[in-house]
Amino acid sequence: MKHSASVLALAMGLGWSGMAVAQEMKAEVIHWWTSGGESAAVKVFADQFQKAGGTWVDTAIAGGANARTAAINRTVGGTPPAMMQFNTGKQFDELVENGLLNDVEAVAAEQKWKDKIPPAILAATVRNGKMYAVPVNIHGQNWLFYNTDVLAKVGAQEPKSFDDLFPILDKVKAAGLIPLAFSGQKTWERNLFNAVMLGQGGAKLWLSVYGDKDPAAVKSAEFKNVAETYAKLRNYVDAGAPGRNWNDATALVIQGKAGFQIMGDWAKGEFIAAGKTAGKEYGCVVLSKAGGGYAMGGDVFAFPKTKDANTLKAQAVLEKVLLDPTTQIEFNNKKGSIPVRLDVDTSSMDVCAQKGAKMVADKNQQAPAQELLTPPAVTGAVEDVISSFWNTPGQSVETFQDKFAAALKSI
Amino acid sequence: MLALRPRLASKLSAWLALSPATTILVVVYVGCTAWTVWISMTASRMLPSSTFVGLRQYDALFANERWQISVSNLVVFGVLFMIASLVLGFLLAVAIDQRVRAENVLRSVFLYPFSMSFIVTGLVWQWLLNPTYGIQAVGRGFGFETFRFDWIVRQETVIYCLVIAGVWHAAGLVMAIMLAGLRGIDEDIWKAARVDGLPPWRVYVSIVIPMMGASFATAAVLLATSVVRLYDLSVAMTNGGPGIASEVPAKFVMDHLFERQNIGLATAAATSMLITVAAVVAPWIYIQSRRRRAA
Repeated sequence: MKHSASVLALAMGLGWSGMAVAQEMKAEVIHWWTSGGESAAVKVFADQFQKAGGTWVDTAIAGGANARTAAINRTVGGTPPAMMQFNTGKQFDELVENGLLNDVEAVAAEQKWKDKIPPAILAATVRNGKMYAVPVNIHGQNWLFYNTDVLAKVGAQEPKSFDDLFPILDKVKAAGLIPLAFSGQKTWERNLFNAVMLGQGGAKLWLSVYGDKDPAAVKSAEFKNVAETYAKLRNYVDAGAPGRNWNDATALVIQGKAGFQIMGDWAKGEFIAAGKTAGKEYGCVVLSKAGGGYAMGGDVFAFPKTKDANTLKAQAVLEKVLLDPTTQIEFNNKKGSIPVRLDVDTSSMDVCAQKGAKMVADKNQQAPAQELLTPPAVTGAVEDVISSFWNTPGQSVETFQDKFAAALKSI
Repeated sequence: MLALRPRLASKLSAWLALSPATTILVVVYVGCTAWTVWISMTASRMLPSSTFVGLRQYDALFANERWQISVSNLVVFGVLFMIASLVLGFLLAVAIDQRVRAENVLRSVFLYPFSMSFIVTGLVWQWLLNPTYGIQAVGRGFGFETFRFDWIVRQETVIYCLVIAGVWHAAGLVMAIMLAGLRGIDEDIWKAARVDGLPPWRVYVSIVIPMMGASFATAAVLLATSVVRLYDLSVAMTNGGPGIASEVPAKFVMDHLFERQNIGLATAAATSMLITVAAVVAPWIYIQSRRRRAA
């Protein structure tokens, strides 16, 4: 009893000192942007918040899962940060269900965000009709990057679809180079499959598979074609691919040892760090056949519930700062992604970002990334199935289709 | 009465001294274990929930291909790793026990891998075994164009790569334990064997090894614990790949607990691991305690 009394006293003391400090609009932010380019990007937010009169307390935790776990544990435990990062999608569903997050409706209405953000991204932040997170960027996950020298060497043009791509891959192989630089880790095996699904099957198949989780779509001829195309790509990766990191695969393209890589636009960071310019030493294109689609993922910030008036004030200011047009351009230039607002001027961005922005502006090209459609548990189960298919050349496409459909229903 | 008092007092103080440790044991270990078992019977996903679903998580778990592969990997790894480490460690100890020159240097060299973490071990062996710049590349560089050693990128063989790295890491420790055991053998036994004209291998197999039961048991228990908690080696070397071919149970639990926000399934897996370990350990403890009572 005595023990618990002293704990209570301690807690009160802590609360007291916390309140005293909070007078100056202090906001602790948990995020996982720790690499060079990433921390430069997040500094844009910090500086803008500082300018708006706040004090940014940076809690960067390496690794998305680690940062989210820390933030969730603190929120559930009653000592939440002012703002925490998630990937655009379903990662914060249960926090909303349990009433642990503040909505951002007030600022959203004042700034008319709902007219300016692409619908799929907006939908990913809305629960029960209210916006519960602020999206800050759009990452395209299905880019094809290529080395222009390699392409010139084999006398090929930029491919437009996977059907165009295969003959070029054959030529690159014949030239003694690695056709497709690949990083054989589960996430990237899934990412490659998803790029093929959007490229070959288009947004319609994409939405019925991941959106409706329709087993008939998984058993369809279109899906089968996607799986066969994916399986065919196995012939164009090198023996060192299993286990390789994605940035090492990008390095192969940069050095001209490989022709192509299919990766999200974060790979641009590697090209930039190597002093290469988009449209000059390297090119980028999103492959599409039936209308295609741009797999839009990204990051959002959520705001844990609090009663402290100063923290509430800080949260409102942060919300405004994140989506300020100049902040958006400056942040996304550093991050390699594109702005989440469709009304900002993107002419100062690189060729790839402009291509991306053009696609995002077209409603038919907006495809929500898988994380926006399936909860992490399902995404993981699907990932296991795709990974095991990629690494088991003997597995039939039909078996794969069955397992895929089962994984979608796994929860 | 007078004689009883001090005994009672000393018992009381013993209990008092033990109480912090006991509290930690009960609250942290037993309490958390009970909570884990309870959560494994709920529909919990990202946050713990109290929706009771019976054994549904276990149904899902045992139907899960990745879990099945994880379990069979653990068995293959456990058996090969323990046998190989014990045999190799013992042979190293015997070799060093021949009073070789530079014994101290050799002993340090063999024990050195054990001072590294599994993460470092995994990384080193990942590079060594990578076909494009590891052992295979070196072999081909020497002119053996058809030399092939690509176990780590093939699903059927990748688990043996974990065994190789694991044995490299643990053999030195086994050697140190065995060497201590060998040094504890009475010199007179060797003299007597020499008088009888026994060949040395016969002395080792028939006399020395049976006398070293305690050393073998110590080494085996240490090795067994690192089998059950096998996690970092798989993460650092292959991250479970290619595909899901080198997944292990502890990694299954960790991935589902955090990245996949599925604590129901993760705790079901953790509980299954606990039951398996308990099923092995409990009879052993029972036999030990009966033996002690009999003795």
